[in-house]
Amino acid sequence: MAVVETRNVTKVFKEGELGAVNNVSLVTHEGEFLVFLGPSGSGKTTLLRMIAGLETPTAGEILIGGRVVNNLTPRERRIAMVFQSYALYPHLSVYKNIAFPLKAQNVPKAQHRQKVEWAAGLLGIGRLLDRKPRELSGGERQRVALARAIVREPAVFLLDEPLSNLDAKLRASAREELEQFHKNVGTTTIYVTHDQVEAMAMGDRVVVLHQGTVRQIGTPKEVYEDPADTFVATFLGSPPMNLLEFSDIIVGFRPEGFLPSDLVPGSKQVTFRYRIKYVEYLGAERVLYGNIEGGSFESKEIISRLSWNMPSGYEAGAVHDFSVAESDLRFFDRKTEKRTHPKPYPWQ
Amino acid sequence: MAVKLAKVKSVGSAQSPLLGAAMFSPAVLYILLIIGAPFVLAVFYAFSDARIASTEIHYVGLENFRSILQSPGFRQALQNSIVFTVVAVAIVVICSTMLSLALEEPFWGRGLVRFLILLPFVAPVSLGTIGWKWILDSIYSVITWVLVQMHFFTPFNAPMWLGEPRLAMGSVICVHCWRLIPFATVVMLAGSGAIPREIPEAASIDGAGFWRTLFQIKIPMMLPIILVAVLFSTVFTFTDMTVVFILTAGGPFDSTQTLPSLAFATGIQGSDLAAGAAISLFLVPVLVAVAFFMLRVASRAEVT
Amino acid sequence: MPVNWRKIGGRLAHVLILLVFTVLLAFPFFWMLIATFKQNLDMYKMDNNPFLFNLPPTLENLRFLFQETLYIRWLGNTALVGVLVVALTLLLAVPAAYALTRLTGRWGERLGILIFLTYLVPPTLLFIPLSRVVAILGLQDTIWALVVVYPSFTVPFSIWLLMGFFKSIPKELEDAAMVDGLTRFGAFLKMVIPISTSGILTVVIFSFTLVTQEFVYALTFISPVSQQMVGVGIPIFLVRGDVYYWSSLMAACLIASLPIALLYNTFLDKFIAGFTVGAVK
Repeated sequence: MAVVETRNVTKVFKEGELGAVNNVSLVTHEGEFLVFLGPSGSGKTTLLRMIAGLETPTAGEILIGGRVVNNLTPRERRIAMVFQSYALYPHLSVYKNIAFPLKAQNVPKAQHRQKVEWAAGLLGIGRLLDRKPRELSGGERQRVALARAIVREPAVFLLDEPLSNLDAKLRASAREELEQFHKNVGTTTIYVTHDQVEAMAMGDRVVVLHQGTVRQIGTPKEVYEDPADTFVATFLGSPPMNLLEFSDIIVGFRPEGFLPSDLVPGSKQVTFRYRIKYVEYLGAERVLYGNIEGGSFESKEIISRLSWNMPSGYEAGAVHDFSVAESDLRFFDRKTEKRTHPKPYPWQ
Repeated sequence: MAVKLAKVKSVGSAQSPLLGAAMFSPAVLYILLIIGAPFVLAVFYAFSDARIASTEIHYVGLENFRSILQSPGFRQALQNSIVFTVVAVAIVVICSTMLSLALEEPFWGRGLVRFLILLPFVAPVSLGTIGWKWILDSIYSVITWVLVQMHFFTPFNAPMWLGEPRLAMGSVICVHCWRLIPFATVVMLAGSGAIPREIPEAASIDGAGFWRTLFQIKIPMMLPIILVAVLFSTVFTFTDMTVVFILTAGGPFDSTQTLPSLAFATGIQGSDLAAGAAISLFLVPVLVAVAFFMLRVASRAEVT
Repeated sequence: MPVNWRKIGGRLAHVLILLVFTVLLAFPFFWMLIATFKQNLDMYKMDNNPFLFNLPPTLENLRFLFQETLYIRWLGNTALVGVLVVALTLLLAVPAAYALTRLTGRWGERLGILIFLTYLVPPTLLFIPLSRVVAILGLQDTIWALVVVYPSFTVPFSIWLLMGFFKSIPKELEDAAMVDGLTRFGAFLKMVIPISTSGILTVVIFSFTLVTQEFVYALTFISPVSQQMVGVGIPIFLVRGDVYYWSSLMAACLIASLPIALLYNTFLDKFIAGFTVGAVK
């Protein structure tokens, strides 16, 4: 079990261009499930690969368990990695795939069988040991990749979007398995994904990355309810936070907080005239798309989320009073896009 | 290319056997005519007494086979064919694997290196061999000159590269390797390029060093393509008569004669078509055996 | 930072391998280049350093080659035969490969393998009966004998390679074309062929190479000097009895090799790509 730390890590692929990773510093907690979240191109995979030793940082240091590992090969770092494609050795059986790390590190052959069976048992693939990877389903392959990762009891697990190759239905159960797996094993895990739902469901903490820099590190609750800037605010949450731009501030409020005025308790609220353009019926909730009347936001699409047990009657074409509680408003500086202190209504 | 067809309804990916047959029959017909028929004819000749200008041909049974099997020249040629091929292919496979690994990653000058390395294969066989003939010349060989300068030999006891049986055999093998290593390297590059980048990376993370990754992961995954290289190299070497013909003409004293070159010498130069055909027929069983073996191993090493 | 011996050793080995092989493989051509311009007196002196021009370089050997032999004629013959054979090969092999991949199911595949196996029936076996066939057809001593016979070794290989290639093209592409109104054959012509340029290029280059390399058939079927291919003309006719005009021979070899080498070099990546797809099924 170890703590992973990066200090001012930067990776530049092409001279003169913006780096894939820019000056990232972070520290994991022991045993935590840390998620690197960001869109493609945000540098999350590059960062992971640098921690693994597959890429060398242009600047900065990487520490595992307290010692600097920049000059160590992947093999010497005592980490295990699961790739997006799983990278199972196609010519070896499942048993041999899992045993390979043991063989490579000269673990005595007598211990192989016991360790492989332990790892396979942990993931419920004991009956697949004689098969070849091409005979397995996507979910089974993921489990083999995990077994191979865990068999030598590494200090850190690195997972690179392992669920993205699975179909939607499988993804949910695979996610649950991964969470269970982490609970059982407790190794420090770094998990890369672009799916913010995954990040929030699985992560103890989330590192939100954009264009190579860290925008925020926090628990799912923190990054969702207290976003550090507009990028975090709109990346997390689907549908995304509504943003209204004024001359020097941006005001944001989440769709689930933008409700018919009579459903918003308390007097500290801001009210708008809301013209509904169309409604999506999603069963557990309804999503309304519309515009705020009067003022400069007539062309901006504003979204509202009504849960199933709220009254119906909000149809396309109608205009209603919708409000946001003041405590649900988030303010961002217009220039820096970072979080700033609240400003009372009205705003310019 | 207007091909008149019966109106074939194509629904999705349904088979269209008529169109298919129309499209491949020219090729199949051609092959039957230019390969199949002559092959039958070769067998026929082998059992006859045909000569180049003969107007009548008679059936002579196994007479040709009997006489060539008894001739030491034939046995030497058969042995040579096998030895040359086995040694050359072994050398080619090892060298091309090394070379393809060295050429995998881009580096400064790689384009030039690739160009230079390919030259032996793209040059016509006969011409490259002539070059070697001069390089191995008994008096003016540049190799001899270098060795003499390094005081390994004096000018007068220098090795006769093409004049002594053992050295001549080595020279023939050498020229074959020189020709085929570039080709095999290209084939290997195709194979190693097909390995997804993440697999050697996973091996590295799993703790495998360079040699283990090479022998336990990379080469097993390249096995099908290695077999393709082996197959082509074997066929190119075993059935080649050009190198021997130009380099040594089978000499000295028939020590470098191979089956194909012997067949040519007997059949065309010696005008004995029947004996020539009989000799060259011996090429077939070995080739078929090799191909069969390859296909077996290839299907068992199915990787994807 | 501690010195990483492993890494240095690896680098050194890497460079060494490249150096050794490049020298061994390319040196005969370098040698040919020098010999082309060497005066005969310089060539035939045992003590002279062969790598230096001990006497000034000369163009005499080139002049001899181009003016007093049929070299240019042979180059022309070879080029003509090459182009014709490549065209024939494409005409035969491309439709056949497509048909065997897409249109004929299981037994089509098997037929494809069988066709590939005919590769094992080498020219050094067929040349004897074929010499009779060629004589009977009256093609003896003309380049047409070669044009007719050469596809026998270019077509099987091409079919094999193209089959692998066509297999890698998703069927949906043709299905989409047919939904749009093309016939099966039209889809083949307008959709499949344009995306297969890499495979077709590989076939063209490789076939052309096989043609220029060929020796046995050219030697057996053609006697007159003027009709000969460059691969046979040079060794046979540039050697008068026991006298080898070495310098001109070297020049001839070099010049004949260069165009093909340049061709390969330009298209090498495509060639490897085509080979990868075709061979690594």
